Amino acid sequence: MSTTNKNAVEIRKLKVMLGGQVMLKNLSADIPSGKIVGLLGPSGAGKTTLIRTIVGRQKIASGRVTVLDQDAGAAELRKDIGYMTQSPAVYYDLTVRENVRYFASMRGLGKLEAEEAIGYVKLTTNVKQLFRTLSGGQKSRVSLAIALLGRPKLLVLDEPTVGVDPVLRKQLWQLFGELSLRGTTLIISSHVMDEASHCQELLLIRDGELLASGSPKGLCERTGTRTVEDCFLKLVEGKKL
Amino acid sequence: MNLRRTMATALRVLRQLGHDPRTLIMIFLVPCALITILKYVFQGDGHTFNSIAPMILGIFPLIIMFIVTSIATLRERTIGTLDRLMTMPMSKLDLIFGYAIAFSLLAVVQACIASAVVLGLLGVTVLGGTIPVLIGAVSAAFLGTALGLFLSAFATSEFQAVQFMPAFILPQLLTCGLFIARDHMAKVVQWFADVMPLTYSVDAMKQVTLHANWSALLSRDIAIVLACGIAALILGSATIRRQDG
Repeated sequence: MSTTNKNAVEIRKLKVMLGGQVMLKNLSADIPSGKIVGLLGPSGAGKTTLIRTIVGRQKIASGRVTVLDQDAGAAELRKDIGYMTQSPAVYYDLTVRENVRYFASMRGLGKLEAEEAIGYVKLTTNVKQLFRTLSGGQKSRVSLAIALLGRPKLLVLDEPTVGVDPVLRKQLWQLFGELSLRGTTLIISSHVMDEASHCQELLLIRDGELLASGSPKGLCERTGTRTVEDCFLKLVEGKKL
Repeated sequence: MNLRRTMATALRVLRQLGHDPRTLIMIFLVPCALITILKYVFQGDGHTFNSIAPMILGIFPLIIMFIVTSIATLRERTIGTLDRLMTMPMSKLDLIFGYAIAFSLLAVVQACIASAVVLGLLGVTVLGGTIPVLIGAVSAAFLGTALGLFLSAFATSEFQAVQFMPAFILPQLLTCGLFIARDHMAKVVQWFADVMPLTYSVDAMKQVTLHANWSALLSRDIAIVLACGIAALILGSATIRRQDG
């Protein structure tokens, strides 16, 4: 690597169309390496579209997205990115272990890495359970385990804490913290503004545009607000004026 | 393409079916039950039954595998696993051939059971012997799998996917020569039948029934069926997109 880039992802003037509709317009942002970056915004803001663009599943209409020094969608990136979709993209008629092992083999990994990922999400006692018989929270943890396989450099998680009970949510944020300490970059989307406190950097998105970015504290100071939710509201109002 | 990933995919598809024994039992037993019914439908005309039962062995496996595969791959698209797999370092062909291998293995078992029933229990005689019957039945099932994989890409709902069977397979069934010899049909229908793969699957079974030796026509028929299957698999992989938009 030439100039070890301090940004894991760089987005420049990004425009994305989907089914003839503009989903993202002229969006520019940086996602610093090794940080937990929250992608916040109401549903329909374009969070999932941005995530799908970063993982290379969405075509770019114009602009540029660079991921780990390569263009988004480059084949070489596939081993470096862990992606958790919003709905649990997991086989309903396989057990937890069979699911994780299958996706592990698709990443060129073995049984050991599969068991490690199952351990991360605390599902070791459920390995023989069929996916369809799991609770909602357990289902999203299986999906998360698959994203964690092989400790990718960049983890892109689309609403990973939805439907998860408070105790487990705390454990998950702890896990995300540990991963970030080890140098993993995490992009985590959420429509719940409370989750912002766990993130080191935030991108606030609305109607396919970037409202603001910065640390939670910095954003609040800039807008003279106490919570990220208030900050978001104030920014939206400011735009209307 | 990578052999390990292809085989892991085939194994995964088989495991999914392993957790769904009712589907497995139906795949294996429905063709036998249908052919047995046919035996009693033709009770007064054993000669006709003897000539159509082998043809049915070239048709049912194709139909059943077509439906099962098209639903399985449609599900892969709708639940998002395809989305996820396409962000991983796997080739589209790993997925497509994984499916083809898994369902072809099922087809081997299905063909063995159905042939045992037809040639054993129901006493149908074919001059060509058991092995060519099995080869014909498995080729038909492979073609069904490949067509299911390919056509399911054009279905956006399960309702559409199940209708592809009457839309794409039944016209072939009507014109393949099962009901009446093809040279009695209207010219236009004959032209249609000439370019449809099911015609050759049924024709292969006719060859096996009538000739003791492996004929050149039988080789041609099987080759056409397999080539159409492989072409459908390759077209099927072209329908999977790495990127949307």
